[in-house]
Amino acid sequence: MSGMGRDVLVIAEHLQGKLADISFEMAAKARELAAASGGRTLAVVLGHGARALAEQLNVDAVYYVDHPVLAQFAPDPYNRVLADLVREKQPGVVLVGNTSMGMDVAPALAAALGWPLLAYCRDVRWEGDAVVGTSQLYGGKVMAEAAASGAGAVVTVLAGSAPADAGRGAPGSVEDVAAAGLDGVRTRFKALIEPEAADVDITKEAVLVSIGRGIQSQDNLEMAAELADALGGALSASRPIIDNGWLPKSRQVGKSGQTVKPKLYLAAGISGAPEHLEGMRDAELIVAINTDPKAPIFGVAHYGVVGDLFDILPVLTEKVREAAG
Amino acid sequence: MNIVVTVKQVPDLVEDLEIDQSGKALDRDWLKFKINEFDEHALEEALLLKEAHGGTVTVLAVDTGEVDETLYTALAKGADRAVKIVGDFAAGVTSHQAAALFAAALKEMDYDLVLTGVQAVDDLDGQVGPLLAAALRVPHVSVVTGVDVDGRVATVRKEYAGGVMAEIEVDLPAVLGIQAAKQPPRYAPVSRVRQVMRTARIEEVEPSAAADAGVEVRRLFKPEGGRQAEIIEGSPEEVADRLVALFREKGILKG
Repeated sequence: MSGMGRDVLVIAEHLQGKLADISFEMAAKARELAAASGGRTLAVVLGHGARALAEQLNVDAVYYVDHPVLAQFAPDPYNRVLADLVREKQPGVVLVGNTSMGMDVAPALAAALGWPLLAYCRDVRWEGDAVVGTSQLYGGKVMAEAAASGAGAVVTVLAGSAPADAGRGAPGSVEDVAAAGLDGVRTRFKALIEPEAADVDITKEAVLVSIGRGIQSQDNLEMAAELADALGGALSASRPIIDNGWLPKSRQVGKSGQTVKPKLYLAAGISGAPEHLEGMRDAELIVAINTDPKAPIFGVAHYGVVGDLFDILPVLTEKVREAAG
Repeated sequence: MNIVVTVKQVPDLVEDLEIDQSGKALDRDWLKFKINEFDEHALEEALLLKEAHGGTVTVLAVDTGEVDETLYTALAKGADRAVKIVGDFAAGVTSHQAAALFAAALKEMDYDLVLTGVQAVDDLDGQVGPLLAAALRVPHVSVVTGVDVDGRVATVRKEYAGGVMAEIEVDLPAVLGIQAAKQPPRYAPVSRVRQVMRTARIEEVEPSAAADAGVEVRRLFKPEGGRQAEIIEGSPEEVADRLVALFREKGILKG
């Protein structure tokens, strides 16, 4: 592995006093990678009064950087500290979550270091001198296997790519690192905004009828709401429905919405973009109705119906009502 | 306030995506392209900011083919200028190339804010926004769902999981990766787009910029394995009967 470091560094992320699951998943992935390269597993936690978080990651060494400016995430201060740290520690691979924070960190870090970046990785491994990632592209319809070569590589990792439990545990050591260069930062955290109280908490519903673009217009929501009602459940949706203002944000399932695990998740007219699947793939029973037989939703559904939701939903509602008596 | 919106074309995922003979790229002959949906939100947010604060909106695209309609549509929606980066880009550009080209073009432009879509379905080597910010040496925030500007500072809402958001202040000029505009992107009637095509002009620039992403695609493939849904076939009635039986079996429906 000429030129490239052998250590693997995880950029941990936390919100509201808790490490995100993706941080543990990346620690698990780092252990796999480091076992193959003979390198060490490293992680970095940035925060203020958050040293306890650094004690939870199952890696060889955690670097903990404490500074009031780092108490909450903002891109500029985080990126300044991380670029300095990576330059000093020279890992071969830096793992960053494919998350809201990670999207601000990974490209900035790669650009600051002049390192290649592999995005949306479901898997990553060494192959000789190169880091090879398997990226999920085109809404999950096509995968790309790509090799990065340089002094190191930044890799963004999709949620659910490694078992979080293998990344939980006490680190070999926690090392305090002083924060420097934080004067005059150009992005500043101001406040956290909690979601508005919802009329329905979709994370607590046993049955969700979830709709996507395929519903076509707001007028058609009623059809799905009737089925949800007949099943004694609630209506939820994928992102486009929320962006259109057809349902409140509290009904959104997916990466920037809620993660749900109902007994039944019936997805109607949802193609299954990776950001959506992230929020519902662990439902007990997933039934998908979509006109496109190649829709990625059929890759996570237990049962699928290739057809038009407008043909199926009304008949299904009627038969559910009959069955429920 | 002068806002530049960078836009790009992406394959329409409604169509079948075929891998070409090299095995390393999509077969572009069969692809239908459309504007990246997040770029459409970036444009909407820019137009809303212009309506609130005055100034101009310029749309900027790399000419990867078929971008004219996207640019004319942006003009029809209310953008003031459309600028196309011309050159040999028919095979598409990586995010690093796009960022380098946008940065080179922006050096000749006056801007306070650059808005772009938070991500695209094909940015294998990273998202363009933060790469562009790095090239311009200006700050950035990604996953933004609302922008307010006061003087030389923008206050943005950045989305996290579970519906939580952070309010972040950013010094201008800056690049923002837009996840969703404050309202759904407006619609430009075809008649208006046609009219713009007759009267407006797309400016062309040819900045020189090179960027190597350091990433080599070895192969593309369709996802296999994992769970494959058991497909229920038949008429809507048959499908519904089968589903009701399934719901009963799983205890979702009683009786």
